[in-house]
Amino acid sequence: MGIIWTKDLHKVYTETKVPVNALNGISITFDEAEFTAIVGPSGSGKTTLLNMIGGLDKPTEGEVHINGTNITTLPSRSLIDFRLHHIGFVFQSYNLIPVLTARENVEFIMQLQGVPKAERKARAIELLEAVGLTDKIDNRPGDMSGGQQQRVSVARALASKPRFILADEPTANLDSKSTAELLDIMLKMNEQYKTTFIFSTHDQRVMERARRIVTIEDGLVANDLRFKV
Amino acid sequence: MLIAIAWRNIWRNKLRSLVVILAVMLGLFGTLFMIALSYGMVEQKIADSVNNEISHIQLHNPDFLQDNSLRYSIRNADSILTTASGISGVKGISSRIKTAAMASTANTGTGVIVNGIEPSLEMQVTNIHRFLVDGNYFEKESRTPQILISFKLATKLKAKLGSRIVLTVQNTDGELVYGLFRVTGIYKTTNAMFDEPNVFVIKQDLAELTGFGLKDATEIAVLMDKTEETDRAVMELGKIAPGLSILPWNILEPTLKMMASMMDQFSYFLLGIILAAMAFGIVNTMLMSILERTRELGMLMSVGMNKKKIFYMIMLETIFLALVGTAAGVAISAVTISATSRHGINFAKWAEGFESLGYSSLVYPTIYQSFYVGLAIMVIITAILASLYPARKALRLNPAEAVRHEA
Repeated sequence: MGIIWTKDLHKVYTETKVPVNALNGISITFDEAEFTAIVGPSGSGKTTLLNMIGGLDKPTEGEVHINGTNITTLPSRSLIDFRLHHIGFVFQSYNLIPVLTARENVEFIMQLQGVPKAERKARAIELLEAVGLTDKIDNRPGDMSGGQQQRVSVARALASKPRFILADEPTANLDSKSTAELLDIMLKMNEQYKTTFIFSTHDQRVMERARRIVTIEDGLVANDLRFKV
Repeated sequence: MLIAIAWRNIWRNKLRSLVVILAVMLGLFGTLFMIALSYGMVEQKIADSVNNEISHIQLHNPDFLQDNSLRYSIRNADSILTTASGISGVKGISSRIKTAAMASTANTGTGVIVNGIEPSLEMQVTNIHRFLVDGNYFEKESRTPQILISFKLATKLKAKLGSRIVLTVQNTDGELVYGLFRVTGIYKTTNAMFDEPNVFVIKQDLAELTGFGLKDATEIAVLMDKTEETDRAVMELGKIAPGLSILPWNILEPTLKMMASMMDQFSYFLLGIILAAMAFGIVNTMLMSILERTRELGMLMSVGMNKKKIFYMIMLETIFLALVGTAAGVAISAVTISATSRHGINFAKWAEGFESLGYSSLVYPTIYQSFYVGLAIMVIITAILASLYPARKALRLNPAEAVRHEA
């Protein structure tokens, strides 16, 4: 059994006039230290699946198990706490806090976790150095390029020492050079910390570097390919 | 770090925050200055009433309060004066013969209150001698008994310095007696309502006219160094002069006490209205701020920031925004109030109107330090209340949708 597994995951959005079936019974497993790209056409259910795995949305039916915990049964408050301690997030639009510096952005998650000040400062600097932002530690997001901001968000996602990181279209707003740099860093982190990375992406450049590609179509797993490194 | 985030968030949209801060600042400045002016007027009215008219404490024969007849006198008032002047904190003490009279000149007549005083003692208790506009305060010898009248009464009676006025009073037996007095002084205080009826004559002259005992009095007035010492002095006077009615200023003139208390309530009511208006401005700003930061709030929720902390962050932002505006408003008010309280603001153009209501047209704005503490507490409470709706909006966001929100 992997660190993440889902069982017969369904999601129906009923807010619209016509109910939309986003997921139609996905059962899938992710193992430790995987580097997986979830691909598929727009509206296929990639982001919905990621939201279910990340505990950001509740499935209509089915289960999501992470590290042995069925997160679909967790009450809202516990789920927030679970996300804080077990899951790292990287968003398409970086979503850094603009009024904090790169270091403060990375530290913030650790502060929410209750990590002591000296420890979180040292770890934030270490992570920013690891993503190649030694000279941007005290810069605010507004003073950094998109690629640099996304690297800060990777450092932030790693700060809480999660078992896995969910990245929703992380390269969508980046140029080729920044994308290649970001993927290098993520692969390095994947190997160094044995962190599982799961991406939803349309980006061919990401797919080329992924070691597993899961194709979603009409809310179902249409294809699941693993590549040897 | 939440405090740092909240503080820095205020300055993300400087123009928008500054507009709110400016609105709060000007609103509070206007309100505080108006309150300071009103307090100044009321305080001055109380001080003028005490220093020019009623003093801090008055002693009477209890029956005199029911019927202002000369029959109800304080026997041997002089000995009470001697003993009472030894009470600590007593600044001055004076005995008076006070009675109603008809004042007539060759032209016209009107009802007045005659105050028979001993000028040297009265000067320690009231400030009438400082308000002379013509003549003197019983300083020169005169064969004809002297009378000091107000400028307002002089105009009404068409009298001037040197004019003769006939006072018709009841003597101690209830008979009407007449006395001729010559105007040797004309005064004008800031209270036209006091000025018009009150005339002053030498106590001995009035005693001779009415057959009143020279060592007796109908009223003893006591002025204290500090108003706060009044209650203690009333207790001590009670031991010296048992059987007499001993009343402090706030009982003698309950309207003064009521005015001060009303002013307090009015100030907080006015402040409440301004703070309510401020709250709406802040709610609007915070709602805009939250709408702009939907994606950021979604991210914070996604990564595991709990609802309590998000609420706390928004509440802190609201409090900071309100407090910055309040600090600016209080600072500008304090400087203005302090600057104007030194020399006062002269509403000379409306002096007649002010004086006809018993107020001085020279107003010294004043405000209690404790008022600022009350204000700070009210601002924080208002900010907390103003943060509830925007915070609720933020907490209802779905993190999965919010992180993908297009600004």
